[in-house]
Amino acid sequence: MKSNQSAQETGKMPTGIAGFDEITRGGLPRARTTLLVGGPGSGKTIMALQFLAHGAGKCNEPGIFVAFEETSQRIEANAESFGWGLTELLRKKQLFFLDAQPKSDLVQSGDFDIGGMLAALEAQTRKMQTKRIVFDALDVVLALLPDPAAKRREIYRLHEWLLEHGLTGIITAKTDGDLASVAVQQPFGFMQFMVDCAVILDHRVSLGIAHRNLRVQKYRGSGFDENESPFLIGNGGLEVDVVRSRAPADPKARKVSLERLSSGIKRLDTMLGGGFYRGSSILITGYSGTAKTTLSGSFAEAACRRGERTLFVSFDSDCDEVMRNLASVNIKLDQHVKSGCLKMISTRSIVGTAESYLVRIKTLAAEHGARCLVIDPVSTWYKSGNDLTAQSVADRLIDWSKREGLNLVCTSLLDEMSKREDNSMPQQISALVDTWIHLSYLIQSGERNRGLSIVKSRGTAHSNQVRELIMSDAGVTLTDTYTAGGEVLMGTQRWEKERAEKAASELSEVAAKLKQVKLDAEEAELEMRMKALQTELAAKQAEKVLLAHASKSHEGELSRGRAQMKEMRGDDATISGSGSGSGSGAKAKPL
Amino acid sequence: MSRHPKFSFTLYVAGDAPNSVRAIANLGAFCRDYLADRYSIEIIDVFLEPERALKEGIFMTPTLVALTPPPVRRIVGTLSQLKTVLQALGLLDTTVA
Repeated sequence: MKSNQSAQETGKMPTGIAGFDEITRGGLPRARTTLLVGGPGSGKTIMALQFLAHGAGKCNEPGIFVAFEETSQRIEANAESFGWGLTELLRKKQLFFLDAQPKSDLVQSGDFDIGGMLAALEAQTRKMQTKRIVFDALDVVLALLPDPAAKRREIYRLHEWLLEHGLTGIITAKTDGDLASVAVQQPFGFMQFMVDCAVILDHRVSLGIAHRNLRVQKYRGSGFDENESPFLIGNGGLEVDVVRSRAPADPKARKVSLERLSSGIKRLDTMLGGGFYRGSSILITGYSGTAKTTLSGSFAEAACRRGERTLFVSFDSDCDEVMRNLASVNIKLDQHVKSGCLKMISTRSIVGTAESYLVRIKTLAAEHGARCLVIDPVSTWYKSGNDLTAQSVADRLIDWSKREGLNLVCTSLLDEMSKREDNSMPQQISALVDTWIHLSYLIQSGERNRGLSIVKSRGTAHSNQVRELIMSDAGVTLTDTYTAGGEVLMGTQRWEKERAEKAASELSEVAAKLKQVKLDAEEAELEMRMKALQTELAAKQAEKVLLAHASKSHEGELSRGRAQMKEMRGDDATISGSGSGSGSGAKAKPL
Repeated sequence: MSRHPKFSFTLYVAGDAPNSVRAIANLGAFCRDYLADRYSIEIIDVFLEPERALKEGIFMTPTLVALTPPPVRRIVGTLSQLKTVLQALGLLDTTVA
């Protein structure tokens, strides 16, 4: 056993608790004892049971749960909702509950020890080949022992027994809430020195908000995260939030990407020089009603159209409301919800700590396999009771999303009434995000119009112009704004300006057309005149030819006439013969 | 001691652990002093019969189980406090009388 034990010592036993195995760099010390202390309701039993269930279900390491406080039936029933399959594990004898609650009618006379229990456990361990064991609420049985020496003796006995059998054990014990007193409380103070690993669970309330924290106090022979880590009891058991990631979860995902993603609004992509980088985080700030949700909705739709699984977390309104409202500006999310590409989660304001939200979001994102994540609005986290932690949570959110290669869009509501939030909150987040888009109202000549500007966008060229955001049935668009006299024109004023320009250009167009027509007419007229002249010229030329011809024939006629006359006159060539030739003679007379 | 009921005891012990040894001695003395011949004792070593301890739910040793007369009573410990034992077994009043 001894040599076997030393071989196992190097190993750690995974607990299956999200985050905890990262903090402890692998899990609980194998074949050693871990002390788990915490106040009432701090989650000790659940954590211990999860450790067992994980071992029995996933690692083929059967486990025994020794219940000193609650009956096994109750524990089993309480853990039912976590879906660890306890009933099945119990049936398969991978898990065993030992009810060791001291009976209420138990009479005690003199000193006793837990030898009986250990003997029973030993038999059970042999039978099941047990690897993991939990003693839940050991303090209950220790309280029956008459003096501190006896308590210490039994703790030793238990510890020795665990070591001897090479079992990885968890001993849970209650504290009176105040953590400072843990160290001095007998016999646990002494127990903390004895065990190889000690974990403290803390459950406290600050300004009406419950905070759960977990801290590894000691871990012999191993490095661990010494800070308090927030955790929550979720649907699958404990979920511990790791403060800072040490190494990227997936080196591929960590790779800085040059790929650009569309924001869903063409014009905005243009403003950003092509869109957001993959894996970048985007903050959209603005007062209420400035279309933050619309903008993030359009991003979600674009992501779904690319076939990327997306998680949309709304802290403001119900999912159905969000979808209906977005549908009115032609952002149709319902089809993507139906296809399973988009998951909408609605969490009404203030029901938990910022940490619990974060852990829940992480879990949901992991379950959904999301590549894009929308949180609307993240400023909910900064509500009272969370001021202190919200910043670190936002910090972790962005860190985590980067590590996972997720595209994160969070909106942040600015409070017009309060300057405090205005100044502190967005600036803090905005220092971390890659792209910051600010939405604002511009009130001008009795109108309130939406303006969009890019405050920063790391690594991309981006427009410095304020654009007007216009929402209609057709969708969301951005238009240029006009500046006049150092003032940005939006809404009606922009429209008027646009119309004026349009009218002016129409006018000049018409004028040009008119002129064209006029010139055409003139040209046609000239051409016509030219044709008429040409015709006239041809006529004149013809007349000229005719005239020449006529005069020639006349001359011929004359000479022929003269010859004829000569003939007619004959020898005697008298005037009397002129009577017969009077016609020709009369004709010829004027010539 | 008018009715003279018969007592049958089962004492669960953890090998020769000091508490267990003490309990065996205390029980023997008690029976001799108070129950004369009206008793029977079965001693079970949980190390030898752990299954039985498991079945009976014996986790603290030594544990004395008084099976008869009913009801079944359990007394945990070395049985060093005589008055507690008598009280638990319903013998206190009769002895005082």
